[in-house]
Amino acid sequence: MSRHDPDIRLPLTGDGPLDPPAEWQRLRERCPMATAELPSGDKATYLTRYDDVKSLLSDARFSRPTATDNAARIAPDGAGGPAANGDTSLAIPDRGEPHQRWRRQVGKYLTAKRMTALRPGMVSIAESLVEDMVEHGQPADLKAAVGFPFPVYVICDLLGVPAEDRDRFSYWSDAFLNVSRYTTDETRAAHTELNQYMATLIAAKHTEPGEDLLSTLIAESAEEGEGLSDDQLLHTGVALLVAGHETTANMIGKMVSMLLADRTRWERLLADPSLVRTAVDEALRFDANLGFGLRRYLGEDVDLDGRILPGGTTVICSMPAANRDERVFADPDEMDLGRSPNPHLTFGAGPHSCLGQTLARSELQVVLDVLLRKLPTLHLAVPAQELQRVEGLLVGGLRTVPVGW
Amino acid sequence: MKVHVDEAKCCGAGQCVLIAPEVFDQRDEDGIVVLLTPEPAEDQRSDVREAAAVCPAAAITLDEDPS
Repeated sequence: MSRHDPDIRLPLTGDGPLDPPAEWQRLRERCPMATAELPSGDKATYLTRYDDVKSLLSDARFSRPTATDNAARIAPDGAGGPAANGDTSLAIPDRGEPHQRWRRQVGKYLTAKRMTALRPGMVSIAESLVEDMVEHGQPADLKAAVGFPFPVYVICDLLGVPAEDRDRFSYWSDAFLNVSRYTTDETRAAHTELNQYMATLIAAKHTEPGEDLLSTLIAESAEEGEGLSDDQLLHTGVALLVAGHETTANMIGKMVSMLLADRTRWERLLADPSLVRTAVDEALRFDANLGFGLRRYLGEDVDLDGRILPGGTTVICSMPAANRDERVFADPDEMDLGRSPNPHLTFGAGPHSCLGQTLARSELQVVLDVLLRKLPTLHLAVPAQELQRVEGLLVGGLRTVPVGW
Repeated sequence: MKVHVDEAKCCGAGQCVLIAPEVFDQRDEDGIVVLLTPEPAEDQRSDVREAAAVCPAAAITLDEDPS
């Protein structure tokens, strides 16, 4: 193979719908800095070892590529939607000190304490969605009935969106991200409508503030005089939705599928519900359908464990491949619901690690708790091998999760 | 055991507070880690070790046997 030929073509897929691609093992072993061809035809360096992925993601010098970086594109121009190649003009600082400041302004609203306070609200949302699903009879699609609406309802509560607007919010968020299901015009229209809605919502929070995230940020801006502009508030709201809806919705479906695919896992949780916390993190580690991984554009040379990656390289960090690195995790291909510690990289690492990870963990724990309690007899209504993957580029998941109880 | 936290590295993920709430907290102003118990008791130590191991910013370090 000449040095210009790619070692692999992305995306890689596993044999079964929940299985990791067999290539990950080989790449970690023999080719930890593989040349990969992306669907756009562009080339990137594909990292699969835990230490490499963690060290690059933690490197404060690099962040998500912007349009001016000339980084390798994931999807060809025009495909993959506005979020795919990082050319959305979000008015949020994405690197350095301004990024850190934005993170802290929003992050304080997503602390562990706040999430604990939000938990009773999350529990009642999850309970009522499960009750509605049961009322409609079995088999049901757990992803559509619970996974999809749950995180968007939680984010609506966070942002102070009235309950009657939740389903419109769901639709916009889906159309914004899910490019395979909607036409470009629909996606564009959803984008415009969501922005208009957010602008109106922010104006309303100025005059009639509530207890929500937007009202709090507005109040602080007024006090300190250097808070977020309305434009930044709008993009912060949209960013929370984009980052927190489809990802968590898919994760709920995948987590429950993985737990039910081998029902001894589900039974272990029924016998000992105190395992829910570690089980959620193990599901996050074990998920082989996380999507592409995170892209980084190297503005300068990087030394990774003695090997040099030259400046100008676009890197794809595969967190799910790193999460199965036998150098870090004992029996990485076993789903061990009590695994601790579990330093998986599903939320990234370092200064850009997922700001909403405590929210996501709380949501997943609540959903799992509620399902175990209300539907102990839950089972997959199709053989696990017949589950089908979503054909999305950004967020991996299962199309439907048919269940009975 | 002695616990050290690096506020500059902390990315406010809150994992430590979820795992060991008696030892770690987050500041209300910005979500950055607050060390409540620099010398955790025997029965808190395994949670503290887990919190240090999973911190996404590697902002928690432990001195297992301070002199």
